[in-house]
Amino acid sequence: MLASNTKKIYLDNASTTPIDSRVLEAMLPYLSDYFGNASSLHSFGTTVKESLDNFRSQLAGFINAQSDEIIFTSGGTEANNFALKGIAFANRSKGNHIIVSAIEHDCILNTCKWLETQGFYISYVPVDSDGLVDMEKLKRFINARTTLVSVMHANNEIGAIQPIEEIGRLCRERNVYFHTDACQSFGKIPVDVVSQNISLMSLNAHKIYGPKGVGCLYVKKGVNITPLLHGGGQEFGLRSTTENIAGIAGFAKAAELCMNEMGTEIGRITHLRNKLVEGLQNKFEDFYINGSMTHRLPNNLNFAVHGLEGETIRLLLLLDENGIAVSAGSACSNNDTSKSASHVLQAMGKDPFEARGAIRVSLGRFNTEDDIDHFLKTILQEINKLSSIFSKT
Amino acid sequence: MIYFDNAATTALDTEVIERMYGVMKNTFGNPSSVHAYGVQARALIDECREKVASLLHVSPSEIFFTSCGTEAINMVIAGCCNDLNIHRIITSPLEHHAVMHACEHEVKLGRCKVELVKPDNKGNINIEELENIVKNGERALVCLMHANNEIGNLLSIAEVGEICRKYNAYFLCDTVQSIGKFDHDFKENNIHFAACSAHKFHGPKGIGFLYLNGDIKISPLLQGGGQERNMRPGTENIYGIAGLAKAMEVAYRNLEADVAYIKSLKAYMVKRLKEVISDVGFNGESEENGLHTILNVSFPETRKSDMLLYNLDIEGITASGGSACTSGSVTESHVLKAIVADLKRTAIRFSFSKFNTMDEVDKCIEVIKKVS
Repeated sequence: MLASNTKKIYLDNASTTPIDSRVLEAMLPYLSDYFGNASSLHSFGTTVKESLDNFRSQLAGFINAQSDEIIFTSGGTEANNFALKGIAFANRSKGNHIIVSAIEHDCILNTCKWLETQGFYISYVPVDSDGLVDMEKLKRFINARTTLVSVMHANNEIGAIQPIEEIGRLCRERNVYFHTDACQSFGKIPVDVVSQNISLMSLNAHKIYGPKGVGCLYVKKGVNITPLLHGGGQEFGLRSTTENIAGIAGFAKAAELCMNEMGTEIGRITHLRNKLVEGLQNKFEDFYINGSMTHRLPNNLNFAVHGLEGETIRLLLLLDENGIAVSAGSACSNNDTSKSASHVLQAMGKDPFEARGAIRVSLGRFNTEDDIDHFLKTILQEINKLSSIFSKT
Repeated sequence: MIYFDNAATTALDTEVIERMYGVMKNTFGNPSSVHAYGVQARALIDECREKVASLLHVSPSEIFFTSCGTEAINMVIAGCCNDLNIHRIITSPLEHHAVMHACEHEVKLGRCKVELVKPDNKGNINIEELENIVKNGERALVCLMHANNEIGNLLSIAEVGEICRKYNAYFLCDTVQSIGKFDHDFKENNIHFAACSAHKFHGPKGIGFLYLNGDIKISPLLQGGGQERNMRPGTENIYGIAGLAKAMEVAYRNLEADVAYIKSLKAYMVKRLKEVISDVGFNGESEENGLHTILNVSFPETRKSDMLLYNLDIEGITASGGSACTSGSVTESHVLKAIVADLKRTAIRFSFSKFNTMDEVDKCIEVIKKVS
């Protein structure tokens, strides 16, 4: 346990974020007064239905979509499962080939593995050493039986922003659906389903200071998709269940705040990140960054120190003891001990040793300059401790 | 405003809101993270799972949190067809759409066939007929709801469980309407799978769970991270889980008193309705034997009876023509159709909770007198 006087610094905003108090305020009325079932025809229901419609159109607006193209889900994982399985099964008569990138989130990759057991063929597009997808390979992979290309907008571990506009254009030309998992990028950098030629896009709330347990899938009008959850026919028949109105209210508010503050936040967070990079560079001559610095989310830094990769887990524990939360990669894969080396870094050509040694710092709305100073001071102190142990053995 | 539509959804208990508010303010880590924030969130989920399991007399390892009851039901039906070599589902025409449409989907995929056991005109399942169907054919999945959401009929789960035990069938019991209102014993009743939605008993929307008997293994409906012991990926909805556990704790803390109170409300409503409407009837078993929260009233056809539900709403009385999900008019109720109710009469479901009062019943009766 942390001593109560330890300064606590949360630098793991890519894994999840605290709920903004303004979001919490927006949710409360839907936990108390407006509790109706949106499908009910009476006033308790219609009040909620009206709010639901408003939240839907608000979210649609933020990505340049139409209101009825937003299907609320229980989060990003469900949205990604829905997109891949829904397209795969609905378009089986056209083909059984799907293309994804090698650095997708576990929920995409594991869905693909499952689809392979159901008679589908999956191609994995490689990435370069910067973590950006190989467009030439992607072009060659698309064939007459391809129904879907799924490439994430920004990677969760290295923050690499993929050329989705170009991929979208390619998919449109080749008449293939394009899905992008925008859970990491939405709210941090602009997304536009029209100009980026996106057919399906997954979003979630808890990465943008909204609640856990809610997200959505954008499904472009006319896209042929099968639902995952069958039942009462909610969400235009595409996702049955009583709508989580409080969660949706929080999602819409969280998105609104991100949209309003994006302009200033990009600058502020980039400044903090640059300060962090400079600080680390000055302190550790063997410091290196994983992934592209030019095509990168402003809040992401993924780094390691040569020779200390084997000590990363110990370092993270020491930081944790000092009240600092950072991560070795994606939180989801922490459950899976067989896969402790990052599949993302390995896809970029790192060996398993290096791929195990990365530290991800992900900044957020509530981080300050002080946090960066404190982090730099602490990591220097702890690495020095480790290095001295290291050099003695 | 008087809310008599508690079968559709319920108001959150103040204790539940307070609990959720506390978690939303103070706990936000990703439970899969290894740092202190993650550990705190993980501990909270474990604690909630233990509470839920103990209230249902099952092991914590048999509870898997999902986004709702519909998801839990879809997971079981797909899982049985995928992993348990089940190609025959036995169900009834009175089931919730989650069961009906999930079954239809499996039929469409060519993975199973569906056999229906017909209810009588009171909405009861004939246990002998069920036994005959289960007995005659390959190993089946029996999907029957415990408490019907429209007419409140209670299934004899002990008898159905026994039949399933005798013929080695799996038993999915849709307990969405009864969890939080009934002291369950899944093991005793040989229930292999059960589903829960927190918003039916004063908990939040967007959270539920699947009870999965520890001896059975099915594959998940969603693929992703290793959450919920590899059974349900996705960053856990920790406030929802905390709200669900709190709602269950509150529900079972005063279960007997709440049941008795709600039963008295319903009995009073029945008595008053009989006084003011000579030809009033009740669909299914809701008048006496069904789930204590549900009363499905059959109003005689009059000049104004078509508009009754609408007029009640105008007067501030919230009731329903059937399940909220089907969302249509009374004549579209698949349940009332299946029990061959007189569809010329107007059926209205009044569903009660512990927050309702005798005074509200009186007010409702006055309005009914005025608008019927």
